[in-house]
Amino acid sequence: MVKRGVSGRVDRIGLRGAMSDRLLPFVVAAMSFLAALALTGNFAAGQLAVHWLGGARKLLIIEVPDPGAPVVETQPGTQKISRIAAAKRLLETSGKVIDARILSDAELAHMVKPWLGSDEGATFPIALPGVIVAHSVSPTSTIAALTKQLSAVAPKTLVESGQRWSGRLVALTNSLRACAFAVLILVALVAASVVVVTVRAGLAQRREAIEIIHGLGAQDADIARQFAARAMHLTALGGLYGALASLPALIWLGSLAAGFSESSGFPHADGALSRLWASLDILPAVFLAGPLIFTVAAALIGWAATQVTVHGWLRRLS
Amino acid sequence: MIRFFDVGLDYRHIAPPLRAQHPADATALASVSFEIEPGGFRWLTGASGAGKTSLLKLMYLALPPTTGRVELLGEDPSRLNRRRKALLRRRIGVVYQDFRLLRHLSAYDNVALPLRLAQRSERQLHADVTELLRWVGLAGRLEHRPDELSGGEQQRIAIARAVVAKPSILLADEPTGNLDDEQADRLLHLITALNRLGTTIVVATHNHGLIARYSAPVMELRAGRLVRHG
Repeated sequence: MVKRGVSGRVDRIGLRGAMSDRLLPFVVAAMSFLAALALTGNFAAGQLAVHWLGGARKLLIIEVPDPGAPVVETQPGTQKISRIAAAKRLLETSGKVIDARILSDAELAHMVKPWLGSDEGATFPIALPGVIVAHSVSPTSTIAALTKQLSAVAPKTLVESGQRWSGRLVALTNSLRACAFAVLILVALVAASVVVVTVRAGLAQRREAIEIIHGLGAQDADIARQFAARAMHLTALGGLYGALASLPALIWLGSLAAGFSESSGFPHADGALSRLWASLDILPAVFLAGPLIFTVAAALIGWAATQVTVHGWLRRLS
Repeated sequence: MIRFFDVGLDYRHIAPPLRAQHPADATALASVSFEIEPGGFRWLTGASGAGKTSLLKLMYLALPPTTGRVELLGEDPSRLNRRRKALLRRRIGVVYQDFRLLRHLSAYDNVALPLRLAQRSERQLHADVTELLRWVGLAGRLEHRPDELSGGEQQRIAIARAVVAKPSILLADEPTGNLDDEQADRLLHLITALNRLGTTIVVATHNHGLIARYSAPVMELRAGRLVRHG
């Protein structure tokens, strides 16, 4: 009976028996699954950072102590207003911020709830400052100048910039992405190592057949191509299976991440369906192209690792 | 043309992967020099262990000499890159003592292998392969694998595979060992026919009856040395 290889050509070396279609696709599928998670983590961290940093960099939080007290009159006859209103007016006329808004008592109570308890009562054990939320026109605006101006109308006013912690967020995101990238490299190396071990086992098992074909005048490239075709077939299958298996996990992780994203058009993503759509919004490229990417990547790893291994092994023959 | 210039082969100086099947403490060949003209025919004789198979291995490029120089078809294999060495191997047909057939392939595919390696189309090679298998008496066994065939049948497949690409050099190591007299005669008819067409032939054998029936120069090896040539 004539044995045909994966391309329909004769399986000259008998690789179907030597390189099993069980172990290699299974291990590569596991690697592909892990790679999909790592790559998606990388994308998701990047996406969330973009969502978060877009607003955070320009966000200003102005805390005005004793907000209801009247401002110190600097000129006789000037109308008296509260310190917080004066601070808001100064911000609006400074040209350095937009969207200045005083947080309501309810919003303040909600904000301090984790530290001071229920927001239902109006009484707190300590006096709360008034809070103004605004966005700076430019993230590079000097906070110091604004603080000085505000202190003139409402002494001891604090200005906190989102820039301060956005830098930390960027560092955190970058370290997460670096970890994901490192995992990706590690997974690729493990997959390549598994291919090398499998191919070496195949070479050992089919040594006699290879020597015969070599003796008949087969080029090293011919022999390596047959191994590589078989390895590509098996690793591509593994890559595809792993990527497909990772899809449910990716959707689940995406839905978790969607809770942190409000720019997807699904604020807070409360419902299950909303979370699903939000997760698709966070992971579009990986979600749609994942199976294709991992199939091709696994096939390329299989091909390259096999070529190097077989050519190296054949050098031992005369 | 085959030329050996003061060739020696010592398995202790051969890299381990190639040495694996050979005794590591033996000097297989020493100071072997000869020349076989294009289209020449030689019998290669000698006792077991005299170095016949080692000499053939140098001729079909399975091993490099440890000393001296070999020249095959005008080429020095030690100066060829791997790609050109493979092309040179395609011009050398070999009938191995142990047949060396691919057990997972049919008789047809085993014989077709050299032609497929030479990129011959399936349509072109089909006629040659079936004709040759018919000639060696295996027309009804095309789809049989070696394990399903007798020793003699396997040897005939090995012979068919060696000659199917019409090689410039044909090397045979005990090619009639598993054949009956009739089959041995048929084989020698084929070999002499190829020789008349210009193929250089070296046949290693113990069979002195065969040598007597087909007169040709004899190369005799004794303890790795060529003691007779002519």
